[in-house]
Amino acid sequence: MASSGAGVIQRVLNSAWVRPVLFIVFMVVIWDVTIRVFRIPPYQIPAPEDVIKTLWLEWPKLLAEAIPTTEATVWGFLLSAAFGIPCAMLIAGSRTIESYVYPLLVFSQSVPKIAIAPLFVVWFGFGMFPKVLSAFMLGFFPVVVSAVQGFKSVEPDMMDLAKAMEANRLQTFRMISFPHALPAIFAGLKVSITLAVVGAVVGEFVGSNNGIGFVLQRSIGNFELPTMFAALVILALIGVILFWILDLIERLSIPWHASQRHDIVMGA
Amino acid sequence: MRVVSSAGPASPVIEIKQASKTYRTADGEVVALKPLDFTINDGEFIVVVGPSGCGKTTLLKMIAGLLPVSGGEITVENRVVTRPHRNVGIVFQSALLLPWRDVLANVMMPVEVKGLDKDTYRQRALDLLKMVGLGGFERKYPWQLSGGMQQRVSICRALVHDPKILLMDEPFGALDAMTREKMNVELQRIQRETGKTILLITHSIPEAVFLADRVMVMTARPGKVDAVYDVPLRRPRTLDMLSDPAFVALTQKIRAHFSDSHLD
Repeated sequence: MASSGAGVIQRVLNSAWVRPVLFIVFMVVIWDVTIRVFRIPPYQIPAPEDVIKTLWLEWPKLLAEAIPTTEATVWGFLLSAAFGIPCAMLIAGSRTIESYVYPLLVFSQSVPKIAIAPLFVVWFGFGMFPKVLSAFMLGFFPVVVSAVQGFKSVEPDMMDLAKAMEANRLQTFRMISFPHALPAIFAGLKVSITLAVVGAVVGEFVGSNNGIGFVLQRSIGNFELPTMFAALVILALIGVILFWILDLIERLSIPWHASQRHDIVMGA
Repeated sequence: MRVVSSAGPASPVIEIKQASKTYRTADGEVVALKPLDFTINDGEFIVVVGPSGCGKTTLLKMIAGLLPVSGGEITVENRVVTRPHRNVGIVFQSALLLPWRDVLANVMMPVEVKGLDKDTYRQRALDLLKMVGLGGFERKYPWQLSGGMQQRVSICRALVHDPKILLMDEPFGALDAMTREKMNVELQRIQRETGKTILLITHSIPEAVFLADRVMVMTARPGKVDAVYDVPLRRPRTLDMLSDPAFVALTQKIRAHFSDSHLD
């Protein structure tokens, strides 16, 4: 009896979603205890129950605000992928292009994009476009870097083999380089999508009257800390859900990759 | 330097005439391969043995048309090689199978690239897989196979478009000793059944003697041919012959070429 009960607990503990949930519960408890022990006033850090209450009460409103943020994130991300991957192809495919573009690209990353986000408002006004642009700016670079690495990591012998088969450039790309680069591209896309969320929020900080970023800023201004924390939770959820969707697409599109397979190697 | 083959009247498939290779580097010109003369006849099994950096891979790539010669010329089937051509199939040390393609699709790769008739060659691919003992593995993926099986798939891929010549660059170098011996016996059988002309590169002197009709011994820096030996063992050869006095004598003779340097 006791052993089967322990078995059930063991099995529940081993399922993938339980551990992160347990960890979150643990963190919330720490959070609550810290506030009580150190007597932190609610205008500095709100109690977890206040945040949960706000989440519960303001759920429809927060969800409505989450939509424009998610939209800006997804568009920014899609633009990152749509420009990042071809850009990486060009950089990996030509030494000349690489020598011109790559250093400039790295240099452009040293410019704090948060600092130029207000410029987008000056140029493009309020609304969706500057947000998308801001998300794109943050999401673009990791896609390029990972994809370049992916395209370049094809073994030289593999390229010789393709040449010996008399494969043309397009065939080599389609049959070898691109599928070979996919795992690296996905790694870049995963970083990109989380950064695109940040980019969208930055865009909303500087020039928007809707979205989670706007809620965040307004609630800080009004000292509504539970609302602000609730907005942060929503933001994290957006990031997690988008990441999870991408992970699913990855699993479906590269089932052959070592990180995705669960098969036994045969002997002999 | 050159020993005439005792194979009798045969038609030359590969003719290497004063072919040489020099690389231009920042420190000036480096001679990778000194001018070399050699003729390989139809159906012959030639093994090149030598230390790293003796230019044997360079030679193989020049025959395949992957590298231009710096001097002289190489003809395959009476045509001067200037670019990759469909008379060769290549097997490298690593099997280089594409992990997203199953075994059959990997073997069919050259057929797809060259735009050959898929139905005809599909049957040929299946026959080849059966010949190397991989019948029934068509739908497996490379990572589900052992190293020896992967290398057999890559041999099928090299043979699928029915080239005259099989070029192999240390094809069994990454395999363990026992699998390697098995693959040597297997390769000998494959050659007997297909009648291909094979040029194989190796570091292993016993492997060279076991497989070859003629062994070409090369020395390093700059790469040049030291000697060519006929292997006096009858075919089919078995692993028992590894202790045959003629086998031992020839391996020792070849090893003497490297006594002052070392094989690495």
